[in-house]
Amino acid sequence: MSVSYENSKIVFQGIKDTGVTSLSALPETWLGLLLQQAERDPDVRLIQVAKEEEAIGVAAGAYFAGERHILLMQNHGLLAAINGIVSLAMLYGIPLCMLVALRGHWGEPYPWHTRGGIVTEGVLRALNIPFEYARDPTQVRRQIREAYTFSQSSLSPVALLLTRDLMEEPL
Amino acid sequence: MKRAECIGMLYPDLEDKPVVTIMGACAQELYDLGHRENFFYLQHAMGLASSIGLGLAVHLPRETIVVLDGDGSVLMNLGTLATLARQRPRNLVLFIFDNGSLLSTGGFESHTAGGVTDLAAIARAAGIEHVAAVDSVLAFGEAAIEAFARRDLSVIVARVAAVGPNHYGMDLQLAENAFRFKRWIAARKAAEAI
Repeated sequence: MSVSYENSKIVFQGIKDTGVTSLSALPETWLGLLLQQAERDPDVRLIQVAKEEEAIGVAAGAYFAGERHILLMQNHGLLAAINGIVSLAMLYGIPLCMLVALRGHWGEPYPWHTRGGIVTEGVLRALNIPFEYARDPTQVRRQIREAYTFSQSSLSPVALLLTRDLMEEPL
Repeated sequence: MKRAECIGMLYPDLEDKPVVTIMGACAQELYDLGHRENFFYLQHAMGLASSIGLGLAVHLPRETIVVLDGDGSVLMNLGTLATLARQRPRNLVLFIFDNGSLLSTGGFESHTAGGVTDLAAIARAAGIEHVAAVDSVLAFGEAAIEAFARRDLSVIVARVAAVGPNHYGMDLQLAENAFRFKRWIAARKAAEAI
């Protein structure tokens, strides 16, 4: 299985469409090509964190500074960031536009990803975080733009789940 | 020395700087000196004050960002020291008040009690070049002056007594604090742009 170069480019274009000036991220396989593009882009500051919860703080700082920011993480990173999402972003009304690589779901060959994948949607529902699945490269730019817009208007965390259909090359 | 003495010494210098403080005693002691629109009190989410500071610092290069942190909070997010070192924002000063105690939640000893864990050493080993460890008010003041003059990422670990205020409470809602803090920054940016 390999990560889709073409679709990574489309997702990155969708990120750029929002006018972001910074991204926070913890690298993971499906996000790798996206992050390479971000590193090469002089108009985007890429802030790589050591653990995803830090990115919630970084996003809050960017928001306070009046800048547009998107978070990139794996779904297991979302699980690791929950206290920051709840007790910083939700508590203070800080928008978060999170693009989340949905590992451990349909087609997942690796056992270690499966529990996180199985619980992700349920956790998002429990936290009342609006989410959508991104599967179709012809739709994902619109989905990113709408996720960003909704995060700003609702002052809420919003998650767009990047699926295997989108992020991996078909067999 | 007491944290309140240190914050009192810093207070005049905080008038024109975005300040992020952790919860509990530290927030209350700052608030009691007189709230300012440029103060953000992170009343929960322990560990993320310096991450907020990083997000501010990278986007506000003309401001000096001040973070008031504590040993209990930093221990919850040690990775932040490595992230800060790697990003190296030149306009961020991180004060860590180390009282060796989880004071606000009952006073249990933290890992730094008795010198078991050395946060200044951790910060240095994380790759932060300018780290000071101080245990007197005089040394704290000197380290703060140096840090503000340096224009480089600086960490000051101040050993303080495990004492806090005898009361808690603010006339400020959490979301209100966030909105007003954001507006203060927006006004500063607008004034700069003129």
